[in-house]
Amino acid sequence: MEAGVATRAEAPRAGLRLPGVGAGLGRGAVVLYLSLIVLLPLAALTSQAFEDGLSTFWQQVTSPQAVRSLELTFVCSLIVVAINAVFGTIIAWVLVRDDFRGKSAVNAVIDLPFALPTIVASLTLLTLYGNDSPVGIHLAFTRAAVVVALLFVTLPFVVRAVQPLLIEMDREMEEAAASLGAGGLTVFRRIVFPNLLPGIAAGVALAFARALGEFGSVLLFAGGLPQTLVASVFIRQQIESGNETGAAAVSVVLLAASLVMLAAISLIQRWSTRHAH
Amino acid sequence: MRTERRWGLRALGLGYLLALLLAPVAMIFYKTFEHGLAPPLEAITSPDGLHALKLTLLMVAISVPLNTVFGVGCALLLVRHRARGSALIDAVINLPFAISPVVIGLSLYLLYGTHGWFGPTLAEAGIKVLFSVPGMVLASIFVSLPFVVRETVPVLQEIGTEQEQAASTLGANAWQTFWRVTLPAIRWGVAYGVVLTTARVLGEFGAVTIVSGSISGQTQTLPLFVEKQFQNFNAPGAYGASVVLALLALTTLLAMNVLKRKEDA
Repeated sequence: MEAGVATRAEAPRAGLRLPGVGAGLGRGAVVLYLSLIVLLPLAALTSQAFEDGLSTFWQQVTSPQAVRSLELTFVCSLIVVAINAVFGTIIAWVLVRDDFRGKSAVNAVIDLPFALPTIVASLTLLTLYGNDSPVGIHLAFTRAAVVVALLFVTLPFVVRAVQPLLIEMDREMEEAAASLGAGGLTVFRRIVFPNLLPGIAAGVALAFARALGEFGSVLLFAGGLPQTLVASVFIRQQIESGNETGAAAVSVVLLAASLVMLAAISLIQRWSTRHAH
Repeated sequence: MRTERRWGLRALGLGYLLALLLAPVAMIFYKTFEHGLAPPLEAITSPDGLHALKLTLLMVAISVPLNTVFGVGCALLLVRHRARGSALIDAVINLPFAISPVVIGLSLYLLYGTHGWFGPTLAEAGIKVLFSVPGMVLASIFVSLPFVVRETVPVLQEIGTEQEQAASTLGANAWQTFWRVTLPAIRWGVAYGVVLTTARVLGEFGAVTIVSGSISGQTQTLPLFVEKQFQNFNAPGAYGASVVLALLALTTLLAMNVLKRKEDA
């Protein structure tokens, strides 16, 4: 293929150099790409939020509507990660320790919320739990709808974080405890749970970050009524009504929360690797 | 574990999945084809529907290759050329995972808007970013940026450098080593990242809705088309487009499973 390539012998090197370009040039390209795509837009957002000074920013963030939407977002996200921490762990346990026909299909379905567009998720929930619900459960345009939509999109996080830990877990410890007379609950509380905790924490942190910013899945199912107005929907309403500074101010709060969650996730990862060794 | 408890947990876990995931998704398929194939088919083959489908595929065609090249290059840099500042690059790459799509959309809106830093200059040059394809592409790239990097980094770490060193000792240059040794070894990891990137771009809603203005037949991707049809009380249109997207999602899921198996093998 590369006809006539001179096989000039070079000194052995540690690993692969970036093809064609030096590592320095490569690093420059990566930084440029990240700056253009990610950092500059976020800088523009932050600058807009503080354009009229700190007091205006504060005023926008503490307006009753903004406070209400941020409060709703945080409370719903907390409820959601608590529920999915429990059910995510149960599902992971069922997928690892239990055995039944169709298990691999169930395992594949877990990732559906990652693959399904959020607006489609919203519409699907609306068809089943909306105003003409065939099962008689009417949740649309209530706070419960916010919670259910967020449960849907954050489902895979805890399952996928706990599953590998369960697979790796040494079952001898559990068997030893059981043979010493520990009941099922005691074994879970004293042995299984502490081993799974890093995974649960990592999954919860990822799910929480996702829930805080979730938009599409909430939109059609919960709507933008005052009692269901999550932060992201509030931001869009502010943009549509021309209040760019207000939208940017609330966005900066969400951005700060995202940064805190990312820091928490990296701390949890460091903690769990230390835990493992 | 006692059998009753095992059964109880199984019922609880599967019941939760059924109520939250499977039943709603099955329901939308039922609702779509309730009155036969014609109404949803008509809606998605309408000029606006077809345009939305084409635009969605255009987003994929531009964003996915860019993020793949960037992702593999960046992963090589992070794993093989760790240096000061790598941790920072690593952190920035994770940002799109944690930031709300609406916040991403607003950021681009403010940067390229009429009062933004880039808006006026680009407008003078006759380049329209907001409410047109370039802005939507930027939003798609932003939201799907981390996937290829995140999937490639662990695979690169796992394969180690022995084979690359051997190739290099035998006289292969950097390009040859990359194409003949490194890339074949990491291909399934990269492919998995590509599938995730594609799924994300196909379904992106929040960021694109802010920068595009969702103008029918012009700046409307398929997910935006779903919302517009829903708002216009055109149920067959909303359901039809949703089913197209859901089928694409199921294809993604299938691809993910095949690739995971290849990766593990």
